[in-house]
Amino acid sequence: MYASRRTFLKTAGTAAGGLLIGLALPVRTRAATASVAADTAVNAYVRIATDGKVTLLVPKSEMGQGVYTGFAQILADELEVGLEHVTVEAAPVAAVYNATFAPMQFTGGSSSIAGSFEVLRKAGASARSMLIAAAATELGVPAGELHAANGAVVHAASGRQLSYGALAARAATLPAPTDAKPKPASEWRLIGKAVPRIDTRAKVNGSAGFGLDVRLPGMVYAVVARPSTFGATPLRYDAKAARAVRGVLEVREVPSGIAVIATNTWAATQGRAALRVEWQAGAGAELSSDRIAADYAARARTPGVVVYERGAASATATGHALEADYATPYLAHAPMEPLNCVVAFSAAGCDVYTGTQFQTVDRAAAAAVAGLAPEQVRLHTTLLGGGFGRRGNPASDWVREAVAVAKGYPQPVMTVWTREDDLHGGYYRPQAHNRLTAVLAADGLPASWSHTQVVQSLTRGTAFHAMMVNPKTGIEATQHEGASDLSYAIPNVRVAVHDAIQPVPVLWWRSVGHTHTSFAVESFVDECAAAAGQDPLAYRLALLADQPRHLAVLKLAAEKAGWGTPLPSGHARGIAVHASFGSVVAEVAEVSLVDGKPRVHRVVAAIHCGLVVNPGQVAYQVEGAVCFALSAALHGEITFVDGQVQQSNFGDYTPVRLTEMPRVEVHIVPSTDAPTGVGEPGTPPLAAAVTNALYALTGVRARRLPLSHVEFTKASA
Amino acid sequence: MKLDINGRTHEVDASPEMPLLWALRDLVGLTGTKFGCGAALCGACTVHLDGEATRACVTPLSAVAGRKITTIEGIAESALGKKVQAAWIAEDVPQCGYCQSGQIMSAVALLRSHPKPSDADIDSGMNGNLCRCGTYNRIRLAIHRAAES
Repeated sequence: MYASRRTFLKTAGTAAGGLLIGLALPVRTRAATASVAADTAVNAYVRIATDGKVTLLVPKSEMGQGVYTGFAQILADELEVGLEHVTVEAAPVAAVYNATFAPMQFTGGSSSIAGSFEVLRKAGASARSMLIAAAATELGVPAGELHAANGAVVHAASGRQLSYGALAARAATLPAPTDAKPKPASEWRLIGKAVPRIDTRAKVNGSAGFGLDVRLPGMVYAVVARPSTFGATPLRYDAKAARAVRGVLEVREVPSGIAVIATNTWAATQGRAALRVEWQAGAGAELSSDRIAADYAARARTPGVVVYERGAASATATGHALEADYATPYLAHAPMEPLNCVVAFSAAGCDVYTGTQFQTVDRAAAAAVAGLAPEQVRLHTTLLGGGFGRRGNPASDWVREAVAVAKGYPQPVMTVWTREDDLHGGYYRPQAHNRLTAVLAADGLPASWSHTQVVQSLTRGTAFHAMMVNPKTGIEATQHEGASDLSYAIPNVRVAVHDAIQPVPVLWWRSVGHTHTSFAVESFVDECAAAAGQDPLAYRLALLADQPRHLAVLKLAAEKAGWGTPLPSGHARGIAVHASFGSVVAEVAEVSLVDGKPRVHRVVAAIHCGLVVNPGQVAYQVEGAVCFALSAALHGEITFVDGQVQQSNFGDYTPVRLTEMPRVEVHIVPSTDAPTGVGEPGTPPLAAAVTNALYALTGVRARRLPLSHVEFTKASA
Repeated sequence: MKLDINGRTHEVDASPEMPLLWALRDLVGLTGTKFGCGAALCGACTVHLDGEATRACVTPLSAVAGRKITTIEGIAESALGKKVQAAWIAEDVPQCGYCQSGQIMSAVALLRSHPKPSDADIDSGMNGNLCRCGTYNRIRLAIHRAAES
């Protein structure tokens, strides 16, 4: 129900000198309504109304990870206001919101809290300092005699106080201090507390505004007929029957296919079904997952480009030699909310409403397609009905398409993807092959370790490639992360990559390269332990003696899971540990076979992610990552036969359902180190923890995912 | 045709084959009911027809004439609906939140037929509702909490 919310569109000067245009999200809608008239931007993150209502602008996209709550906790703590007194809004696109480590505003890489913690503390402290300075002038007392508390500045000596609402206008005229001091940890009221999320109420009464819920006056709906194989282009089309469908307004060709615009989504899909399109086949017409798998397996036996080497892993070593090959498929992100984007052209430029992780990139892409300057495009970030990486695309595929569909159309157009469009639309986690070899020394530990991967680059063909590729090797770090940064103390290590080229668009998928490298590494180290006849936990601990974070999470997860204690008959445990996005996670999975199929009963996870802003949300992200990774491990695959994707909806691309969800316990290693990533690091270790448990149970090593392809028979007791 | 939604009559101009989901979202403007699959595979579009959980994405308008439609926007009208929403808040269930309208509509229907559901009842009542964020365990807790409140 966005129509009424358009009235919340407002502008305000920022401390950075830019123009802020905020679209209120339905979190605390009433507060936002009440404060429309007299909001003052104290800085880029804080607006205060004359009635004292505080609005916090969050430049990160809320896609379920709780960033609105986490950011609000940090800002409100420094600002000395209660969380119940703040409203959160999606920030507009502005350079002031760029990440500290990249020239763009985006949400990804598990970097929101890790990358913004100090920025937000300073922004909150700076706003507080400006309010205190304004009060000092108003009260005619030195700033040093004042302190902030509960949304007011207090002069303790005289008992006088002024509310933020009364101070905001003056505060905003003051220069932002360069030396505002964030509070010491001992004074934190909100940071570190498991406060409930601030967006829950809107998410249980249907009022939360996702992209698909945007409603503008006169808005019409479009779907696009795209080719069924990658690289195909429309030769000719017959739209007569489509135009005859009740509600269809227009059929137009766009670069990605043929768009059908209608008065409602249903009419648009009916119109599309009535379209007759002849396609010119392209590079993807012959795609076959089986052929890709065979090709990758063969290439993995050849040297590849070395991306990391220590010692002399390739030299002939003597001892117990092992080798294993691990194969993982293409995967779709399949967020519950299918992709969508509203584009409204006007004399002033263009408004784009979408749930995106890549504001700067998408705005530039929209501007390029629209023929406008980026500043003429106002991008409004809605809530995201799941992201997992799909909504952060260097190619801005769905935004570019939606702008092309709406360009020249007199009314706002929402371009909607169906679930089939989503699963057939590419930008998958790439299919990969990982081949590992090792030679064990007399003590059973690996003396040498060689890891060769075959996998596509994630950004080839986009502007990101030049920034991400290593010019010396031609390989991106995302192709071998989790392999080339091997944590195990093995003297001789060699990691090599074959850069695969396929006509399949690919993209980061929750935890990026770690999704497949961790499965290979954590399976293979388990295989080494088994070959050495050693306990998988003890074996890892021995190899990680100089990795305190790994040791901490392994010991914590093992202890909480009761590693080594008896289980019910027919159950077994497996363990895995993996470092990603600056954090380390260990997981212990307990499995059995039910009707010959793997069943995961319980997962105990331990995470080391530095200082924690909200332990409740950290635990919930790891729990969610377990579910996401388990869906992929048990069932997930996108496969091709004759160029056609074989999966089309949740009937054949099946996420874990409630009955398959294991009990999940998450334990956090206490730490005061700088915060590190949380959204993704729970994903990588899960698959290997499960397959290692299945090995312990059955003696069968699953070296291919998903597990629906692996036959398990329980070893006779 | 006339639709009885959350106790109010809405007149919509649509073909009888149009699924209820799109009439709710695009014609009436009630966007709390979500589109996830269009094939009754994910439960995001769950509404109540005369109190019974129904997938709006595969229910044509011709099948709802004269029946009482309840959506997430109207679920707080019932004491049970309020209780379930309160339990969802108490357990801090949603992550992205997109599937939660459907989860709540399924949970209310389950609790209406099984006021004290066992875990097995929850399994069968809720297995048709997908969540990609992995909120299932808290959904189970929230349903038990609502049943006990």
